[in-house]
Amino acid sequence: MRYEAPSREDEAVALLAAEAGAKVLAGGTDLLVRLRGELIEPGMIVDIKRIAGMRDITPEAGGWRIGAGVSGAEMGEHEGLRADWPGVVEAAGLIGSTQIQGRATIAGNLCNASPAADSVPAMVAAGAVVRIVGPKGAREVPVIDVPQGPGKTALEPGEFVASVFLPPRAARSADCYLRFIPRSEMDIAVVGCGLWLVLDDADRVTAARVALGAVGPKVMLVEEAAEALVGRVLDEAALADLAAACSRAATPMDDKRGTVDFRRHVSGVLARRAAEIAAKRAKGEMA
Amino acid sequence: MSQIHVTTQINGDATEFLCEPDETLMDVLRDRLGLTGTKEGCGTGDCGACTVAVDGRLVCSCLMLGAEAEGRDVATIEGMATGDQLHPLQQKFIEMAALQCGICTPGILVAAQSLLERNPDPSEEEVRYWLAGNLCRCTGYDKIIRAVMETAADMRRAS
Amino acid sequence: MALDDTKKTRDFKVIGTRPDRPDGIDKVTGRARFGADMVLPGMLTGRILRSPHAHARIRSIDTSKAEGLPGVKAVVTRADFGEVPEDVADTLENCMAGDTAFYDGHAVAAVAANSAAVARKALRLIEVDYEVLPHVTDVDAAMAPDAPVLHAGRQQETVPAGMSGNVIARSQFGHGDVEAGLKQADRIVERTFRTAATHQGYIEPHACVATMSTDGQGDLWVCTQGHYMARNTCAAILGLEQGQLRVTASEIGGGFGGKTTVFLEPVALMLARKSGRPVKMVMSRSEVLRASGPTSSTSIDVKIGMRKDGRITAGFAELRYQGGAWPGSPVDMGAMSAFAPYDLENVKTIGWDVVANRPKAAAYRAPGAPMAAFAVESAIDELAKGFGLDPLEVRLMNGADEGTRASYGPTYPAIGLKATLEAAKAHPHWSAPLAEGQGRGVACGFWFNFGGDTCVSLNITPDGTVTVSEGNPDIGGSRASMTMMAAEELGIPYDQVRTIIADTGSLGQNEVTDGSRVTFAVGLATIEAARAAKREMCRRAAMVWGIDEDAVDWEDGAARPAGPNAGKFPPMTLKEIAAIASNTGGPIAGHHEVNAEGAGVSFATHIVDVDLDRDTGSARIARYTVLQDAGKAVHPSYVEGQFQGGAVQGIGWALNEEYVYGEDGILQNPGFLDYRIPVASDLPMIDTVILEIPNPGHPYGVRGVGETSIVPPLAAIANAVSAAAGVRLVDLPLSPPKVLAALQDKTGA
Repeated sequence: MRYEAPSREDEAVALLAAEAGAKVLAGGTDLLVRLRGELIEPGMIVDIKRIAGMRDITPEAGGWRIGAGVSGAEMGEHEGLRADWPGVVEAAGLIGSTQIQGRATIAGNLCNASPAADSVPAMVAAGAVVRIVGPKGAREVPVIDVPQGPGKTALEPGEFVASVFLPPRAARSADCYLRFIPRSEMDIAVVGCGLWLVLDDADRVTAARVALGAVGPKVMLVEEAAEALVGRVLDEAALADLAAACSRAATPMDDKRGTVDFRRHVSGVLARRAAEIAAKRAKGEMA
Repeated sequence: MSQIHVTTQINGDATEFLCEPDETLMDVLRDRLGLTGTKEGCGTGDCGACTVAVDGRLVCSCLMLGAEAEGRDVATIEGMATGDQLHPLQQKFIEMAALQCGICTPGILVAAQSLLERNPDPSEEEVRYWLAGNLCRCTGYDKIIRAVMETAADMRRAS
Repeated sequence: MALDDTKKTRDFKVIGTRPDRPDGIDKVTGRARFGADMVLPGMLTGRILRSPHAHARIRSIDTSKAEGLPGVKAVVTRADFGEVPEDVADTLENCMAGDTAFYDGHAVAAVAANSAAVARKALRLIEVDYEVLPHVTDVDAAMAPDAPVLHAGRQQETVPAGMSGNVIARSQFGHGDVEAGLKQADRIVERTFRTAATHQGYIEPHACVATMSTDGQGDLWVCTQGHYMARNTCAAILGLEQGQLRVTASEIGGGFGGKTTVFLEPVALMLARKSGRPVKMVMSRSEVLRASGPTSSTSIDVKIGMRKDGRITAGFAELRYQGGAWPGSPVDMGAMSAFAPYDLENVKTIGWDVVANRPKAAAYRAPGAPMAAFAVESAIDELAKGFGLDPLEVRLMNGADEGTRASYGPTYPAIGLKATLEAAKAHPHWSAPLAEGQGRGVACGFWFNFGGDTCVSLNITPDGTVTVSEGNPDIGGSRASMTMMAAEELGIPYDQVRTIIADTGSLGQNEVTDGSRVTFAVGLATIEAARAAKREMCRRAAMVWGIDEDAVDWEDGAARPAGPNAGKFPPMTLKEIAAIASNTGGPIAGHHEVNAEGAGVSFATHIVDVDLDRDTGSARIARYTVLQDAGKAVHPSYVEGQFQGGAVQGIGWALNEEYVYGEDGILQNPGFLDYRIPVASDLPMIDTVILEIPNPGHPYGVRGVGETSIVPPLAAIANAVSAAAGVRLVDLPLSPPKVLAALQDKTGA
C-alpha cells in the first residue's frame, strides 16, 4: 500500500484516477476501522488534508463552504456556522466521541455512505450541495443525490468530494437534527431526522424539508412530511400529521440496533420533536 | 511496500521514525517508539484508551496513520508530568481513587487535560459528555468525574 | 482464623484510612506494564485463525502455504497438542478446536511470524475444509428435543431420560414443602424471566508473551486473574512440570472473572516451543467478544407465594443457563443464591446446565447470581406492590439473619442483610419525591465470597522496611489493602511496606483472584505472616534483653517487655531489631500458607430511580444508591469503587448490553460500538453506604466486597422501569424497542 498526501487537488485526482481502488483519507474515522478490520486492502490511500482549502470554513455567497478535511470539532467551534446551520453542526457534533470529533468530517460521513450517517439527513434538510472534483473537472451535486445505497455513492472513479456548501440562511428559517440511540453517546443512529423549515410572520410554515436516516438503504427526503407542515402552524394536528407521514415513509429493517416497528414509530417521534425545536430557532427563541 | 520517513514532535521532542503506510499512530507509538502508555482497547475508536492530542486536539491514535503525524505535534500520557512533578489531574486521580485497573487511565487523563485547557470550570454534565468516548469498566465513572471537577476547582483557585 | 477478640473496641490505625495506592504513579504516567506492553528480544507475533461458522466439522486443515510464507516461523493446530488430562480437555478444546468448531470465533489454527502483517497474511493462506452443521444458540431452543446436539455422552445421570443431549446436568437446592407453602399464600406470582448473555467488558484485551525451551522450561508473561492457574493449566496441556513453567502476572486491565481461565496462553507456548522464539499474542476486541468469556444467557421460571401481610410462604425457581459449548455454566450458583437473602420455610430451586453454540462461559462478577436475583427480586416486587406493601418492609419481614438456614444449606453466622435494608429505609434517596415519568426500584443481592489456597511471604529488610509478596494479581487495589493490613499488624506506617505480586516461582499455590477472595484470604494470610514476623522479632528482642521470649509483647511497631516483671528495657523498634538481625540469627521473615475458610457472605440493597421516555421506551438512570455490608472496609475509597463499578456493570446488563446472534449463529455485535457498555454520560453519581458487620471468620472482620454489587441492579432497574411503565418487564436487556413494545401492548396501540 502507498500513502500519498498531495498538496493540490489535481494531484489528488491524478493519483486517484491512476490507482483503481485507491481510497480517500479525510478524517479516517471510518476508513481506518475498515482498513484495520481487513475489510479493505487498498493499493493506495490519498490523504487530502494537506490540499489548500480542505481545512477551511469559508463564507461564500451568503452561505458557507466547508472543506472536506474540516472536523466536527472545528465546525462546532465556528460561531457563524453554528448560528446559521445549528442542525448541521449538531449532527456533525454527534458523530462519535470527542476524540472522533477531532478528526471526523461531514464529507467523509457522506462518502462512507452508511444509511445511518448522522450528518447526511441534516445536510439534506439544509439543502446542502457538494463540490466534487475529478478527472473531468468539478461538478456540484446536491447531497441527496450522493448516496446510492449502503456503501455506494454517485462518485465516479477518480472523483472525490472537495467541499460541502450550505446555502444562505433565510429569514425566520432554521434547521434541527435529532437522532435516537440506546445510550447517551457513542452509538450509531437507530433513527435520524434532519428537518428544516421557514415560518412566515404568523408562524405558518412556508417551506420545509424533512430527511430521515437509518430507516432505509440510504437517506430519504420525505416529501409528504414537508407537505404535512407547509401552510400550517405547528399545532398538535400538524405535528401528528408530520409524525404519521414520517412513520409511513420509513422503510426500515430489523437488526441489532432496532426493530422495524420501533424505527417507524421513532421516525415520527423525532420529526415532531425536531419540528418544535426548528420552529423555536426560526423564531429566535433558542439557539 | 516501502516504509515512510516521518518527522514529528512527540511530547516536545523532535522525533523521526519509519513506518509502514498502513501503520497507525498508536502502533508507531507503542511498537516503534516504546511509548506503551497509550493503550489499545478496541482498535475501532470506541474506547478511547489510545487517546492522544495532535496539534492540541484529541484523537484516537488507533484511527490515525503514523504517516499523518508528519510535521504535527503529538502529546501522549508520557508527556503529562513534568519531570517528577505530576500534573494536578494525575495527582488527584491517585488521591481520589479515580482508577482501579488503570488501563483506561492514560486516555482519560489526556482527554481530561484537554477539557480543562478549554474549559476551566466544566459542569458535571460537560465532563461526562467530554469523556463519553473513554470507556472505563471498573469505576462506574463516579470517582473519575469527581476527580476531574476537583482538579478543575483546585486549578482555578491556584490561578 | 477467627475474628480477633473485639470485646475491647479495636482502634485501627491504618485500616479504614485512605492512603494512595502503591501502583498509582505508574498507572497515571503510563509506566505500568500491562499484558501487551512486554517486549522480548527476537519476539514473534502470534495470531489465531477463527471459525467463521457457528458449528462445523473440520474435515481438514492445510497449513502448507502458510508455512511456506517467508517470515512465518511456526504454525500450530490441534494436531500439535497430544492427549491431555481430562480436567483440562475442555479448556484446550476451547483454546484450539479439535475435529469440530463449536462457535463463531472458535480457534482452529495459529501462526507466529516476524511481523503482524506477515502473521495476518499467513492466516489467510491456511485452508480449512469445513462441513457446516446445524447450530443452536438460544438456551430454551438448545433444550428442545429436536435441537442439534453438540456433544454425545456428556449428559450426567442427574438428567432425566428423554431430554436433549445439550442438557448436561441438573441440580437442586432447598428445604421444606413448596406445594404446601403455596397453599398458604394469598397470592402467587408465576413468571418466566430471560436475560441475555453479557461480557465482562474489561478494557484490556487478553495478551501474553511466551518463551519455551527444548529443556522443558518455559516463561509466560500474561494478564490474568490467576498466574498459578495459568501455570497449572498450561503445564497440564503442554505436558510440562509445573515447577518448570514460571508465570509472571502483568498489570491487569480489568478481568471481572473473565481472566480466570486461559485462551491464548497454551497456544502461545506451543508457538514458542515450535519456533524457538518468544511469541507475543494479543487479542483484538472482536476476538475478545467472539471467543473469550461471556456469561450465560438464561431463562428462569419463578413461582412465589405471599400472604397479604407480606410473608413469603414458598419460593420456587427453575433456572436454565447455557454456558456456551461446554458444560459448566454458573447455574448452580444461580440456584444457590436465588433465595439466599430470605428466611423461608419452603424453598426449592432447580438448575439446568445447558450447552449451546456459543463461546464457553467464563466467570463474570458473582457468576450466576445476578440473573437469579433478577427473577426472584422482580417477583417479590410484584407481590409487594400487589398488596400495596412497602418493598423494603417486605424484604425486612422475610430477610435472613444470624441463625437463618439458607436456602442453599448452611446456617448463617452474623450477616448484614437487614442492616442494608434498614440503611436503605433511612437513606434520603428512599423518601425523595419522584419526578414526572420516573420510577423507583429496589432489590437485594447476595454473594457467597470465597477463600481458598493462599500463600504470603513477608520480609523484613536490613533497614527495617517491609516487603510483602503475594500471589494474586491486583485487580482492584489489593496491593494497597495488603500493605495496609501488614502495616496495621506490625504497627508501622503504610509507607514502610511495599507489596508485590510474586511470580509462580516465588510462592506456593495461590487460588485465582476470584470470588471476592483476595482482601479476605490474602489479607488473612498477610496478617498471619506479619504475626509470625512479630513473634520472631520478639524472640530477637528477648535474646538481646536476656529474658524469656514469652515475656515480650509487640505494640506500636516495637518489642516491649510484657509487664513490670519482665524487666525494664526501652522498646526495640522494628528498625532496631532489623539492624541487628544478622547478629541475632540472620534475616527475619514471616510467611503463611492456608486454605482459607470463613469468607463470610455479603449482602447489598440497591435503590434506583429511572427516567422513562414513554415515546421511545428509553430508560435513563436518574439516581442510584448502593448499601452494602463490607464486614470491615480496609480502604473505604476502594470499597466504594467496587460498589460503584459493580452497580454500573449491572446497569449495563439491565439496559443495553447483550450478545446478539443472527439466524446464522454469527455474533452480530463483536465490538464496543454495538456491545454497549455504559459510558460516562449515561450515568449519575453512584452513592454508596458502607455497612460494617464484622465477618466472624477474619481477624479484622473483613468480607469480600467485589461481587455482591452486581447482583441487585438487574432487578432494581427492572422494578424501577416496570413502575414507570406500568407494566412488568421480564426480559433483559430493557432495550428501548422492547420497552416501547411493552408500553404499546399495554395501551393497545
